[in-house]
Amino acid sequence: MAQARPKPPIPYDMRDSFLPGDAACSGCPIPMGWKVVRAALGEKTVFVIPACCSSVVVGVYPGQSLNSSIVHVPFAAAPSVASGIAEAYEKRGLRDVNVVVWAGDGGTADIGMASLSGAAERNNNIIYIMYDNEAYMNTGIQRSSSTPRGAWTTTTPVSGKTEQKKDVAKIMIAHDVPYVATASVAYPHDFYSKLQKARSIRGFKFIQLHAPCPVGWRFEPQYTVKVARLAVETGLWILYEYQGRRLTLSGPSRPYLDPSKRKPVEEYIRMQGRFRNIPPEALEDIKRSVELNWEWVKKLI
Amino acid sequence: MVRKALTGNHAISYAVKLVKPEVIAAYPITPQTSIVEKLSEMVESGELDSTMIRVESEHSALAACYGAALAGARAFTATSSQGLLYMHEVVHWVSRARIPMVMAVVSRTINAPWNIWPDHSDFMDQRDAGWIMAYAMDNQEALDLTIQAFKISEDPEVYLPVMVGIEGFILGHTTMPVEIPDEELVREWLGPRRQPYVVDGSSPIGVGGLTMPEETEDIFHGIQESMESAKRVIERVDREYGRMFGRSYGGLTQCYRCEDADYLAVSMGAWSGDLMEAVNKLREEGYRVGVLRLRFYRPFPREDLLEHAGRSKGVVVFDRAVSFGAWGPIFADLVASLAERPEKLPALSNIVAGIAGVNITSEDFEKLVKRFIESVEKGEKPVYFEWFRKR
Ligand SMILES: Cc1ncc(C[n+]2csc(CCOP(=O)(O)OP(=O)(O)O)c2C)c(N)n1
Ligand code: SF4
Repeated sequence: MAQARPKPPIPYDMRDSFLPGDAACSGCPIPMGWKVVRAALGEKTVFVIPACCSSVVVGVYPGQSLNSSIVHVPFAAAPSVASGIAEAYEKRGLRDVNVVVWAGDGGTADIGMASLSGAAERNNNIIYIMYDNEAYMNTGIQRSSSTPRGAWTTTTPVSGKTEQKKDVAKIMIAHDVPYVATASVAYPHDFYSKLQKARSIRGFKFIQLHAPCPVGWRFEPQYTVKVARLAVETGLWILYEYQGRRLTLSGPSRPYLDPSKRKPVEEYIRMQGRFRNIPPEALEDIKRSVELNWEWVKKLI
Repeated sequence: MVRKALTGNHAISYAVKLVKPEVIAAYPITPQTSIVEKLSEMVESGELDSTMIRVESEHSALAACYGAALAGARAFTATSSQGLLYMHEVVHWVSRARIPMVMAVVSRTINAPWNIWPDHSDFMDQRDAGWIMAYAMDNQEALDLTIQAFKISEDPEVYLPVMVGIEGFILGHTTMPVEIPDEELVREWLGPRRQPYVVDGSSPIGVGGLTMPEETEDIFHGIQESMESAKRVIERVDREYGRMFGRSYGGLTQCYRCEDADYLAVSMGAWSGDLMEAVNKLREEGYRVGVLRLRFYRPFPREDLLEHAGRSKGVVVFDRAVSFGAWGPIFADLVASLAERPEKLPALSNIVAGIAGVNITSEDFEKLVKRFIESVEKGEKPVYFEWFRKR
């Protein structure tokens, strides 16, 4: 299905925001995401980054591949450091600087969960982006609570993860923050417009960005976008916005409200070495959770 | 200037009010809680124009202050014991980023078992973190030190965070008369916020990113050098404060009747008052003894100790914390300082006491100091290390 072009289109200076010399693996989703964030939010953006792959991807001092301000912080501290920055700007009358947390799924769903919940409950004026590569990649592919069921990681090396993926976006919805959205590196226009929306809202904004990692998910690096797109096309990753207690399905996911339009989940699973030994019941479980997720969406739209 | 009867905790709250940091973030823990309660009351009643971030943990309290301070704001937090331990990761982060800010530590012993009484174990646990570490003896000093801490922290020769300690309950919840300086004067004296760099979006800057060993070592070496310059700054700030507000304490240490002393008792914190009382009694009995009280533990007042202890016949150090398997931390540092001039080494003794809040009286001090002096006078080797327990 043809995708509608958002207005305004992503400006061409997108490439200037991410400079050469980064330390990402080939096919890494992180620079893909950063280009869009920086293009949508502009130069006056402060990235608060906890321990994660991104701390390395950005490059080694004194260089820095992301052409913005970056504050690196302890693993669990990003939401609280960002709260402090945002409150200080407020007090100092600096209204035109965007405070963005850019954190992995481990930093968000696990060790940072309490501080994330605290910042959300206080409704501090920040945009929190959880780039979800579904494991602790920086330390060498260990499971996180956001790893899907059945996935191989170095801490679930034999049987695969036996628990299901924690749904952080739903947890944020339960906090009743002004804006929650899901996004994917395969759909930069969609992500761009969500960032623009987030920027226009005061208070706590949360975006969960699906970010397939070739190294950890065991696929060839040229397939990052393809894998990310398949997650949406199989209906497994649903793109939506939640605002004013209403959920809006985003353009790329709209067709898949109709189950017959969805590609088989197996197509997505088969592309990734991490699911090579997935037990049949885990696969069934994933399929079931896709259905349940759509049921949930239907209730809220 | 007004005079008020204040607890040690409230003396600190009032000091913070005079300074008016833009951002305050703290989390409740006994015996610190009444500092943040008082500040909340001041902020909500409009008496104090600061933003209060009501965080969900101490890790976040210090992290939020760090963020605010990076963004150009004066920031303050306060905690105790388990809270201080919980934020320990961030304690190091702030100093290694060279960000000025101030934290009050209302000391309580480290648990388990649950125990809310004071010793210095929580404070001493932070000693390698690169913070300037001050400790008050009474409520007036708690107020004065808290104000001075902001000035010291933001001095370009220092640019390090400062923690100010007091014992919980002993000072924290005990009321004493405290002189509160004039608010305008305090602000004027402090001047605008100073810090080595600001993250405000005006130009791209990276803070705390991946750095190679040599360059990282440069940063840490810079902290060591600034600790040395801080000694001068601390003395200067104390003198200036004396001129402005009428109270001066003598810099890194306070010397009580030690000018003509043959023997020296070294201590830190509120019990130094009891020790001074004991020394007065012993003086009456003819013992030429004085007290050297540490007002700052980091930077360690090596020069003061060399000067005073280096010319005495014997030094007894009272530590209210212990490094299990070794000695009291003040003693260890003192011996290391004196070893610079081994030919002048006095007789030495370390007494660890008052642990977990056990009450030590001036009679106890009198007995212990007297025993020490007499053993040296008799030519006996004094007790080198003793954990003085009352049961
Ligand atoms: C307190 C603390 N515990 C553990 C670590 C080690 N550590 C660094 S990054 C990381 C995993 C990060 O995973 P995630 O947030 O998912 O980001 P990713 O690396 O996958 O991008 C861990 C465990 C740390 N830096 N700090
Ligand atoms: S491990 Fe994955 S997320 Fe991390 S840098 Fe490599 S490709 Fe990117």
